[in-house]
Amino acid sequence: MTNSIGDITDAACILAIGTNTTEAHPIIGWRVRKAARHGTKLIIANPREIGLVRESTLWLRHRPGTDVALLMGMCRVIVEEGLFDKEFINERCENFDALKESLKNYDLDTVEKITGIPREKIAEAARIYATSRPAAIFYAMGITQHSHGTDNVFAVANLAMLTGNIGKPGAGVNPLRGQNNVQGACDMGALPNVYSGYQAIPDPAVKKKFETAWNCTLSDKPGMTVIDIFEAARKGKIKAIFCMGENPVLTEAQAKHAEEALEKLELLVVQDTFLTETARFAHYVLPGASFAEKDGTFTNTERRVQRVRKAIEPVGDSRPDWLIICQLAQKMGKKGFDFNDPSQIIEEIARLTPSYGGITYERLEKGGLQWPCPTTEHPGTSILHVATFTRGKGKFMPVEYRVSKELPDAEYPLILTTGRSLFQYHTGTMTRKVRGLNAFLGEEKVEINPQDAATLGITDGEAVRVVSRRGVVNAKAKVTDVSPVGVVYMTFHFAESPTNQLTNPALDPVSKIPEFKVCAVRVEKASTPAKKEKVAAKHR
Amino acid sequence: MENITLTIDGQKVEAKKGMTVLEAAQAANIYIPTLCHHPDLEPYGGCRLCVVEIENTRGLPASCVTPATDGMVVRTCTPAVDAERRTALELLLSTHPFDCLVCDRRKVNRRCTPYDVCLRSVAVTDRCVTCPANERCELQAVVDRLGMKSCRLPRVTRPYPIDSSNPFFEIDHNRCILCARCTRTCNELTGIGAIEMAYRGFSMKVSTFGDKPLFESICKSCGECMAHCPVGAMSPKDAVWPEKEVKTTCPYCGVGCQMLLGVKDNKVVQIRGERENNVNKGGLCVKGRFGVVEFVGHTDRLTKPLVKQDDGFAETTWDSALEEIANKLSRYKPDEVAVISSAKCTNEDNYVLQKFARAALGTHNIDHCARL
Repeated sequence: MTNSIGDITDAACILAIGTNTTEAHPIIGWRVRKAARHGTKLIIANPREIGLVRESTLWLRHRPGTDVALLMGMCRVIVEEGLFDKEFINERCENFDALKESLKNYDLDTVEKITGIPREKIAEAARIYATSRPAAIFYAMGITQHSHGTDNVFAVANLAMLTGNIGKPGAGVNPLRGQNNVQGACDMGALPNVYSGYQAIPDPAVKKKFETAWNCTLSDKPGMTVIDIFEAARKGKIKAIFCMGENPVLTEAQAKHAEEALEKLELLVVQDTFLTETARFAHYVLPGASFAEKDGTFTNTERRVQRVRKAIEPVGDSRPDWLIICQLAQKMGKKGFDFNDPSQIIEEIARLTPSYGGITYERLEKGGLQWPCPTTEHPGTSILHVATFTRGKGKFMPVEYRVSKELPDAEYPLILTTGRSLFQYHTGTMTRKVRGLNAFLGEEKVEINPQDAATLGITDGEAVRVVSRRGVVNAKAKVTDVSPVGVVYMTFHFAESPTNQLTNPALDPVSKIPEFKVCAVRVEKASTPAKKEKVAAKHR
Repeated sequence: MENITLTIDGQKVEAKKGMTVLEAAQAANIYIPTLCHHPDLEPYGGCRLCVVEIENTRGLPASCVTPATDGMVVRTCTPAVDAERRTALELLLSTHPFDCLVCDRRKVNRRCTPYDVCLRSVAVTDRCVTCPANERCELQAVVDRLGMKSCRLPRVTRPYPIDSSNPFFEIDHNRCILCARCTRTCNELTGIGAIEMAYRGFSMKVSTFGDKPLFESICKSCGECMAHCPVGAMSPKDAVWPEKEVKTTCPYCGVGCQMLLGVKDNKVVQIRGERENNVNKGGLCVKGRFGVVEFVGHTDRLTKPLVKQDDGFAETTWDSALEEIANKLSRYKPDEVAVISSAKCTNEDNYVLQKFARAALGTHNIDHCARL
């Protein structure tokens, strides 16, 4: 997030696109709801009738995967009607003429055809967003998990810069991060192309800095993303994987490929709190301590570094993850892993990571700190890009609308889109152990519009089979208006209904994020015999 | 914001313009009893316990809904105020189990144990030891503070069934004092609006739409209503009082709510939202409040290193597991290994693992599920 959670109620307008906030980020959802009830104009752009629609000023029900067209259409209205922030664009941005030029392709006739939203509504949304200041944009995986996710994000940024909604309280571009510490894992350099604090691998100065600090020689060739890692493992190029606290068997797109890859490995070590679906493939399973049993920090979606404190002793013989890795490194005879306490690790992080430079456990006792926090005197940064952008000037990006990689056809007539439920979490490793949560949602429900259900002769609660070009998944149907006609919705919480065996692994070329939000499927009554498919049914 | 000065019980008190008389008194550490007021919620003026005398003002206004003004002179405990408060309190107590309030065994060191005979001739269900809020009840605190020893009104019970449909907490309407904190929380704070005050007069109760069990309503089970209940009308089903609380960060989504893990006998037994922060200000969702205790202490937790053998996994020691993994990992070229880190683990865990991949294994093949 460029801004902070505390800012939300300051916004005069909130555009929430591609986020089911009350389900996936409940406490932020409450704030948005509260803001809407106290006069903030709330625009929801979502194909599904999510909880916040009830509170919204305007609901744009666009077709899945048409966000670029919608956002650029809004930009065009703002430019045509002169509602843009001239001063901000002149002083802070560049490439405005190129953006204007690209908007030629987004007349409202075209945008209406692509998105399925009446043109008046698009124009109204643009006017509300542009004239209510400050205006904030919130988005989540509904924007990023597309084969054109990067374009979606560019389009979001264009809209915010066009109206000067950057660097001000109550404004901003605010991606909501899904996991407790996905922000922190990225910040720490658990990525193939950067060290901690996004310091680029190929940069010779950075390489030298880490070689000196770690007293070793480092490669200057960026590594592979998780998707490429599994592809390489399937081809036998990657032979050993060390996996800490992740469950790729359920989270990878076209998850069956991940299973095949794991089966091929000569060595798989999984470190986790439970014997996950992935751990079952492992040669060694190491018991990690849970968050309640260790000290450390998590970084939340607003870049706030907050303490995790040890409340109880590790269960059984389990050990904190950092300690296990240090012990393993020492067994391999490696130097630089003699940490006795996480406070020593955060010291090294602060020393080598400019944006975390001022973060110490002592300071965190008084509350979380938002990075960038370069020195121990720095109060942290609640709003990014106040005076200048990271690259200097904000660059408008002309983006072209590209259709999703797999669209419905005669054989697979429906769009499948995926998301999270309030009552379960990710692959359910934690939540499915909680009986009460299972009472609320204990199995996969395929949400399908009543009209589609009637055509297929499917009733509410009936067992169905969802078939894509990549797999077959069984689940129960939930007939509901929440899903628009032609779109079905599933979560990926349940190993018995592994939704990601259906999803399309088509990647965004830049971010390498798979297209989880759009793939083509068909839904059949489970009682009818399955058609012979090119793909085999669940193989184990 | 503009400052004003008022006089409360002869004491000059500084307050900010816009504060109520109650807030001004609380800011100056002057006690005014209240049960319906909560700092998270809009002023309500329901319980009438916070009445005060204000010079040049007719009657006894409720201080929680009276704006403080400059030069105001307030008296918080005059005979008239006291009489009004006691009457209001007696009316509350007439429909609430109150024997616990006047029993000398309630005092520290003299607490009843579960098998003691109750000194009071009360129904088993009314005994203080059966109330989950005993000794943490705001009603008890107010009665103690006012020194109430008896109640002139006879006890009238409203025999409502307990709603235990929710898997995590239950509603016992028989202990409810109708302060409406729960319903206001559900409307104002979470915006869900699953519960409301229904019916009129003596029949008034907290109810879902159509008076259905909570589980069948639109309730999202965050438990905020329970967290705001001043008495024992809403309480967790498996209430174990912790011996200590440890502040930490929720392990679920990216919001990063601050929470207090209640610990007893080296087990996490209960969770509360932590109020002194700008992220969640005390709020928690269903997963944070109710979805942690059970998985942390689950019997399926891995407790020993495992090694795969022909017939499945076998337990092994840390030493031999780490030794074998270290030996095997050393055999591969940097391009043949990969490391998957975790968005669930701490920054410190992630930092050490990426350092391990880069410095020990010599590869940048490290990633996690940020994209998934």
